[in-house]
Amino acid sequence: MADKLNKQTHEPDLALHVEDLTVSYASKPVLWDIDLNIPPGVLAAIVGPNGAGKSTLIKTVLGLIKPTAGHVYIHGKSYKQQMSQVAYVPQRNSVDWDFPTTSLDIVTMGLYGKLGWLKRPGKKEKKQAMHALEQVAMESFAHRQISQLSGGQQQRVFLARALVQEANIYFMDEPMAGVDATTERAIINILKELRSQGKTLIIVHHDLQTVQNYFDWMVLLNVRILAQGPVKDVYTAENLAAAYGNQFALLNNMQISKETNGSNHENL
Amino acid sequence: MNLLSQPDFVIIAVGALVGIASSLLGSFLVLRKNSMLADAISHSILLGIVLVFLITKNQFSPFFILGAALIGVLTVFLTELIVKTGRVKNDAAIGLVYPFLFAIAVVLINVFARNVHIDTDAVLLGEIGFSWINTVQIAGFSVAKALVSMFLVTLLNLVFVVLFYKELKLATFDPGLAAALGFSPSFIFYSLLSLTSVTAVVAFDAVGAVLLVSFIIVPPSAAYLLTDKLWKMLFYGAIISLGSSLLGYMSAVALNVSIGGMMASFTGIFFILAFLFSPKYGLLAQEIRRKSLEEENTARTLTVHLYNHENKETSDEECRIEALDSHLRWSKEKIDKVLSYSLDKGLIRKELNNSLLQLTTKGRVYAQEVLEPWSNI
Amino acid sequence: MTEFIAFFSDFSLRNVALGAALLGITSGVLGSFTLLRQQSLLGDALSHAALPGVALGFIISGSRSLLPIMIGALISAAAAAVLMTLIINRSRLKTDAALGIVLSTFFAFGLVLLTYIGHQNNAGQAGLNTFLFGQAASILPSDVWLMFAVTLISILLVSVFWKEFKIVTFDRGFAASLGFNVLWLEFTMTIMIALAIVIGLQMVGVVLMAAMLIAPAAAARQWVKTLEHMILVSALFGALSGLIGALISATGKGLATGPLIVIAASIIVLISLLFAPERGLLKEALNRRKNNKQLRQDHILLALYNLAKEHNDPEYKSEIGMIKSFYHHDPSKLLKDLESQGLVYTVEHMKEEGKHWVLSNKGYQDAKQIWQDIGGSQ
Repeated sequence: MADKLNKQTHEPDLALHVEDLTVSYASKPVLWDIDLNIPPGVLAAIVGPNGAGKSTLIKTVLGLIKPTAGHVYIHGKSYKQQMSQVAYVPQRNSVDWDFPTTSLDIVTMGLYGKLGWLKRPGKKEKKQAMHALEQVAMESFAHRQISQLSGGQQQRVFLARALVQEANIYFMDEPMAGVDATTERAIINILKELRSQGKTLIIVHHDLQTVQNYFDWMVLLNVRILAQGPVKDVYTAENLAAAYGNQFALLNNMQISKETNGSNHENL
Repeated sequence: MNLLSQPDFVIIAVGALVGIASSLLGSFLVLRKNSMLADAISHSILLGIVLVFLITKNQFSPFFILGAALIGVLTVFLTELIVKTGRVKNDAAIGLVYPFLFAIAVVLINVFARNVHIDTDAVLLGEIGFSWINTVQIAGFSVAKALVSMFLVTLLNLVFVVLFYKELKLATFDPGLAAALGFSPSFIFYSLLSLTSVTAVVAFDAVGAVLLVSFIIVPPSAAYLLTDKLWKMLFYGAIISLGSSLLGYMSAVALNVSIGGMMASFTGIFFILAFLFSPKYGLLAQEIRRKSLEEENTARTLTVHLYNHENKETSDEECRIEALDSHLRWSKEKIDKVLSYSLDKGLIRKELNNSLLQLTTKGRVYAQEVLEPWSNI
Repeated sequence: MTEFIAFFSDFSLRNVALGAALLGITSGVLGSFTLLRQQSLLGDALSHAALPGVALGFIISGSRSLLPIMIGALISAAAAAVLMTLIINRSRLKTDAALGIVLSTFFAFGLVLLTYIGHQNNAGQAGLNTFLFGQAASILPSDVWLMFAVTLISILLVSVFWKEFKIVTFDRGFAASLGFNVLWLEFTMTIMIALAIVIGLQMVGVVLMAAMLIAPAAAARQWVKTLEHMILVSALFGALSGLIGALISATGKGLATGPLIVIAASIIVLISLLFAPERGLLKEALNRRKNNKQLRQDHILLALYNLAKEHNDPEYKSEIGMIKSFYHHDPSKLLKDLESQGLVYTVEHMKEEGKHWVLSNKGYQDAKQIWQDIGGSQ
């Protein structure tokens, strides 16, 4: 860990390097002058209150939103150059799950980028997709209609679609929102497994209580970056208060005292 | 010949009344994001007209009002029923119900062609140019029938909106609260749509189904771009309807083209004008605001950038003029502009041979307004 | 049968039937995508908005031939689509208002243009009629060829860009993150819909064209599990509606083809919503009934089980009043059902007290299982 941190000033050695990024909708800035460095091999949480610009940040990094200023480097190169190295899990409710198709087919979509225009997925792709479904323990649902899946199962399918991309760096938008406890545990185990393979994972996360248990890197965002670094350094009452402002006063007594005293970092 | 049966006046007045009556109701449909129900109702109402025609065998019958209201409610009810099954989404349900009812109506006209003297063209288009021909005697005056009926409908809608103004407003903006306070939002909604149907059936002879849609939706949409106040929106909608009717008639006569078509086209022209030139929401205003805000925002971005790197080990690198080029990716021209703007406003000062930029106290406050809005509370 | 053959040897009917079937196929295929992208009413708006283009096609070409009218309609529909996007993206109005505005004002302007032509010659009025209600009977072999070409182009584009259309329809953001040009794909789809509308106007007219893009797809969705099947079934339903409409209209009762096609399609939708094997409402109602019955039976078993437990006697003889006090409704019918399944049996406890109910061995085990499943204490 310490080794990686020392090298962070050098751009190609950073999994994600964002410089002075400003994004605005209709002349109103949503992200102000973001400087972000995430070293490779970490499981990073992007945390902040509603409307802090968390999803916007990810979408801008992936080129889905055009920034007003600044630039983004993934392993030292632009997103376009690194596209094949990047996997993306959008918010689950951003799609219509009544679409007529099976889980296996959704996962196969993860390979469309590699196939490029016009080429069709074949046996090999189906096999890869099946393997990804096995990783999220959904192989028995491979031929199930996606409309019949529970929220947690849908999220696993989305995760499998990212796994099949065999990327180096994963961006996920609230993968644990509205899923059951079993799925949440399954997802976090997969994320940790990926990290142990040296992949970088950048996760928009909404639940402050689990940050310390799940993640080893943390970015506190509220329109600008308030703090970033290893969770143990960033997860302080002071930083959280800065990010959540007045909302934090409500959370403060309930959570932080318990969290900072009680958690044992068993999983890190 | 008095004014109330004089063709020019009657046509313009009927057009204006159709517009006012429709846009009063349409305002709420636009705000509820249900505009396309107006399209559905004004088409499916044909079935109501045909059925009443077949049953009463009468050209002029108060049952048309009832039939229209019922078919209007039926259209919405069927649409909602299909949506409730969860098998088909809302927009598709609208597109399933009204063409079906319309198709049945056309087939009925075909089958009972001898009994139903409905010209299918007129159904979709109407002919406002003939609205002065039929007259009634009122207090010794000869008054155009269309004028009387449209006047009554306009009055009815006006009374409805005035009486239920509070309820309509609440049911439109906060249906949940309306329900909690005991005003059934669905009762208000169905009343609104029944009145829309009644308006449609009375206006049918004059403007027909498709043109009616423009009177229901377009003036309120234009008005919505001009104001944030509901009563003003209703008022502007009425003014636009009046203007469309007047200008539409004059230009239609001048060019010898469809009067109803021209009136409806003018609602479109008023909409385009509002869309481009509305002082607050127009494209032009947006553009001007963007331009002026862009300068201010760029300066703010600069102060934020300096603030973020103030007193850090990277500040030597980040707070240089060169960094604006290499880090913020700004053009030389943009950098010159923002520097002179920020120096002018006293947000920054230059140090160390003009290469290092530093925030002034004012500049720091400027950055904090963005970054720590709560620190000023 | 001879009548049937006579139908198809009838030259004009063959054109109508073929045209209607081709239109059904095209709109069935393209409508599947608009339905899934939740843009069903786009077809409605674009078909109305085609009128100014139709009129300009008349004016410029000076004839009623289909090609210039098609080109005009295509340009006009595309302009409407652009204006709609502009209104949605750059004003506070939402999709519904943008649809309504574009639909009605374009149509009004088209009407103005047509009446303008009408005063120059008679083509205007005839053209307007065709545009409003379609004029299937006047379809020429050359028109059928044009429809055939449009159908072929649609099918070709959909099969060539199959994977791309699919991913953009399901998950736009993800498709963009993979590097697909989403805007270009969406634009292509919109142009294809405009093309389908243009050939549909001749057949069913402007008002009913909306239904052609929605009904076959909405019906197909109820029967299928994959997009491939949805497109095939939708095309089939579209063609079927077209043929039914054309044939009924040809029986010579003076019925217009367009409305008949739409009514046929609507009936197919109704049948699909009710009777589709998995998504059908009938199936849902049956399932619910079955589940409710199961639930009520479980309730009774639990009542008996708890009574047995309270009395420490697995073969406790429960009187019907006691069961009622647990179950709150009349349990006699359900008890008979359970008896026929061998889960309970009756005994005469004492003559004057009538029948008593006892859990069978199997019933006891079942009840125990249910009790544990719902987390009851041991």
